[in-house]
Amino acid sequence: MVAWAFHRISGIGVWLFIILHVIDIWLIGANPEAYDFLGQIYSSPPGRVMETLLGAALFYHALNGMRIVVMDFWPALTAYHRHLWRIVWIVFFAIGIPGAYIILKPIWEVAG
Amino acid sequence: MSAPRYSLAGRPRPTGSKADLYVWYAVRLSSLALFVLALAHFSMTHFVFDPADQSAEWVRQTRWNSVALRALDWGMLMAVLVHGFLGMRTVLQDYVPSRVRSLSLGALYLLALILFVLGTQVVIALPFD
Repeated sequence: MVAWAFHRISGIGVWLFIILHVIDIWLIGANPEAYDFLGQIYSSPPGRVMETLLGAALFYHALNGMRIVVMDFWPALTAYHRHLWRIVWIVFFAIGIPGAYIILKPIWEVAG
Repeated sequence: MSAPRYSLAGRPRPTGSKADLYVWYAVRLSSLALFVLALAHFSMTHFVFDPADQSAEWVRQTRWNSVALRALDWGMLMAVLVHGFLGMRTVLQDYVPSRVRSLSLGALYLLALILFVLGTQVVIALPFD
């Protein structure tokens, strides 16, 4: 149930960002100044926090999605759903924590 | 099995409607492409490069100065539209009351079409350096 709820919430969150993201990429051609202005917001400290949350939602959705695909196409593996669930979180934190550090690092470099 | 299936695996493979079955497969197949493309894209734009360096001019002169990279990004856009909007179709079917369901689905598909046009337009029309 938790896996399902997180999957749905993260999916809707990433979908909302995709709407914004297609529009901002379109601005590269239509209005490059507006794109650069948005880029400044993305790379500001609050923007970096949002990007970290976006990355977390994307990464969880991707890992848990693979868990779902594995069990949908190889139902026998459903017996190992607890192991798969643990693997999702181990990979999530093992890659996610250094990833979050890289995205957020410029905040304290500027502050310091 | 007595436990609710959604807590273990995904939504069970639909057996009634053919359209639902095709959507079920399309969401899963596009997810395989996106697992590689979207995670590689996020890594490139946040770990290899920093968002602060990626101005409109930078995108035009470097990343999108290659037909192959534009085609790759357009392919990712197609996978995202299939996966994201068919996923949202399922979400809307779960929560939207039946009297406004077709209206909301129509609005969803219209939004997908708009993003398809905007994304395709910039990929094709942005001048090469």
